[in-house]
Amino acid sequence: METKQDTINRLRKEILAKQGFKPELASTSHIKGLSEIEAAFPNGVFPTGMIHEMLFQKGEEAAACSGFLGALLSSLTVPESIILWISVGRNLFPPSIKTFGIEPHQIVFVDATQEKQVLWALEEGLKCQGITAVVAELRELSFSQSKRLQLAIEESHVTGFVLRTDATKLSTTTCVSRWQVTALPSETNDGMPGVGFPKWNVELLRVRNGQPGKWEVGWHGNQFQIAQQEAKKAINYQKLGRLRA
Amino acid sequence: MHKRYMSLWFPTLKTDWKTIRQPELAKVPFVFSTSEKNRLIISACNSIARSSGLHVGMRLADAKAILPDLCVQQDSEDRELKLLKAIGEWCIRYTPLVSLDLPDGLVFDCTGCTHLWGGEENYIREIKARFKSKGYTVRAAIADTIGAAWAMARFSKSTVIEPRSQKLAMSNLPPSALRLDDVTLDKLRKLGFRTIHSFSAIPKSNLRRRFGDLLLLRLMQAYGEVEENFKPLNVPEPYQERLAALEPIRTRVGIEIAIRELLNVMCNRLVGEGKGIRNAVLKTFRIDGKQQSIDIGTNQATCNVDHLFKLFEQKIETIRPALGIELFVLEVTLIGDADISQKSLWTGKTGLADNGVLELLDKLAGKVGSKAIRRYLPQERYWPERSIKQTNDLKEIPQTYWPTDALRPTQLLSKPEVILVTAPIPDYPPMNFRYKDDLHIVKRADGPERIEREWWLDKGEHRDYYIVEDQHGKRYWLYRSGHYGADQTQWFLHGFFA
Repeated sequence: METKQDTINRLRKEILAKQGFKPELASTSHIKGLSEIEAAFPNGVFPTGMIHEMLFQKGEEAAACSGFLGALLSSLTVPESIILWISVGRNLFPPSIKTFGIEPHQIVFVDATQEKQVLWALEEGLKCQGITAVVAELRELSFSQSKRLQLAIEESHVTGFVLRTDATKLSTTTCVSRWQVTALPSETNDGMPGVGFPKWNVELLRVRNGQPGKWEVGWHGNQFQIAQQEAKKAINYQKLGRLRA
Repeated sequence: MHKRYMSLWFPTLKTDWKTIRQPELAKVPFVFSTSEKNRLIISACNSIARSSGLHVGMRLADAKAILPDLCVQQDSEDRELKLLKAIGEWCIRYTPLVSLDLPDGLVFDCTGCTHLWGGEENYIREIKARFKSKGYTVRAAIADTIGAAWAMARFSKSTVIEPRSQKLAMSNLPPSALRLDDVTLDKLRKLGFRTIHSFSAIPKSNLRRRFGDLLLLRLMQAYGEVEENFKPLNVPEPYQERLAALEPIRTRVGIEIAIRELLNVMCNRLVGEGKGIRNAVLKTFRIDGKQQSIDIGTNQATCNVDHLFKLFEQKIETIRPALGIELFVLEVTLIGDADISQKSLWTGKTGLADNGVLELLDKLAGKVGSKAIRRYLPQERYWPERSIKQTNDLKEIPQTYWPTDALRPTQLLSKPEVILVTAPIPDYPPMNFRYKDDLHIVKRADGPERIEREWWLDKGEHRDYYIVEDQHGKRYWLYRSGHYGADQTQWFLHGFFA
């Protein structure tokens, strides 16, 4: 006998399928330490084979975003996979990406001279199955342009990240999500002096068929940690300390 | 194989060229003039002017006295060179080896080409007819040596000199048929040598003593006793395919078909040799004589026609067919060893071993330029700007590990920006700094990390780097150039941490 909840769940999935969201496209592997953010996406899985949008303004914000993106990419890739990074006037310093678990020589940089070339290269890259992810720094992306990218991706299942360098030019797109990453004061273990593990305020401004939200995420050497867990752990440490004392 | 050369002479090259463009000049005496030593002299004259007694090198004032209604045009410096080059390139249809013979001729190495036109007589007849229909007066002769062909084209009516008979054929020609300078010719004339055979029997040592080396050299070159250097206009490519169009091609579809045809033939040949294309050029020859070319390059040697075609396809727009293209030539300028792999059932390779990725990168390189596609490899150097090595090679693997001991910023400014800081005591991180008019109060800091300049490469101060975090949690990479308190100490912001 089907309960009411089951019926609603089944209907929700049907609606999703009719809206064009294909659950079989998304991978079933989870990202270590990001389960709470993943829960915001439909079916509770970070959607690969989709296009994500990230706000990427020059300077501090770009730094925080590229750190988070690097960490995200490292959990999507294997050592031999190739990432395409297309941009005009790039400031990314490759050796730093190693901190987030990617070998910098896995990234092939395409330094275009015009914004138009970036868009073209992005589409070509998204069509190529051998590539794991394509990252493109773009100022503008119109709705019809994003539709083209979506069509390219539907056959190849490549994951795309569009870094929007101009926040004033945002418009509706077909991208599956829009992220904003800003820096938060870093954390050190046990209150040691100095700059500690990077920590970010990760906002999901919009998610297609999902739940937008806001999280405090840290990167602890090789995996993500979401703040509330850390808070709990910190308490545990304190308790342990007391017990030992 | 026995060499055969053809010399082509344009007696009135420049005036013919002008007459083709201005047909009304055909019926009037017409000369080109050029200034030499502050006076105007004739540099070329047409046949009407010549029949009235004008000749090259005559003063223009004298010529005008003879023919008051003479039509005069200003000559330009390297006109004949440009003209001959263009004509020479057009002549590649008759032989792949064409050489310039300044100031008024061309030399063909027509060895093994003439039978395609039905013998040497017909070869010359065809070329002459072709030039005549365009409006050029030409004279030509074929002989065993360049010297003999040159002489016969200019000084004799016979056009084909049978092999090994150039000595006999040239015996009655004047000494000027030997391409000599004026001084030697003057000497020969004064001594009464009117024909070549009158002095060709004189012992060589005597000739050299009287007239110098040049005469002997020219004589031996004409007779075929000394090899003469032949410098072809275009060195033929060993991997070259030609496709002549029956009718001029004017459409994109036509060009696409031509490219596919050429690639099919070329790739079939290369597959047999175990090679593949790395760089190739497609040249198109238009019926109005214009030549256009497009070139492609690949990251690995390939014989995949579809892929190569796609690379050419990107650039087809740049070809302007105008009235039509009559000849397509595909040249492979760089070949490489291709591993002719079995067609795999599924694409199992990942990353840069995957053909799909390589083909994508070829495509991108075709559009944005191969220099714009780069990877970075670690280098064992500390100076941040030099700690990475840029490479365009997709196969290159890192020779060392990426360093993980020192943190590096995710965004590095290509040019460090000057900032104002308040720093308490030497070797302490700054308390605050001003960047782009914002005051950042340093809450946490790491450092200093001193990086010395590579003194064998450039001069300057060392850098003391600090990682700092401001009141908003934003992280920066700052450095002080030089020692604390020194005169030229300056603080810079070099990057942003994640």
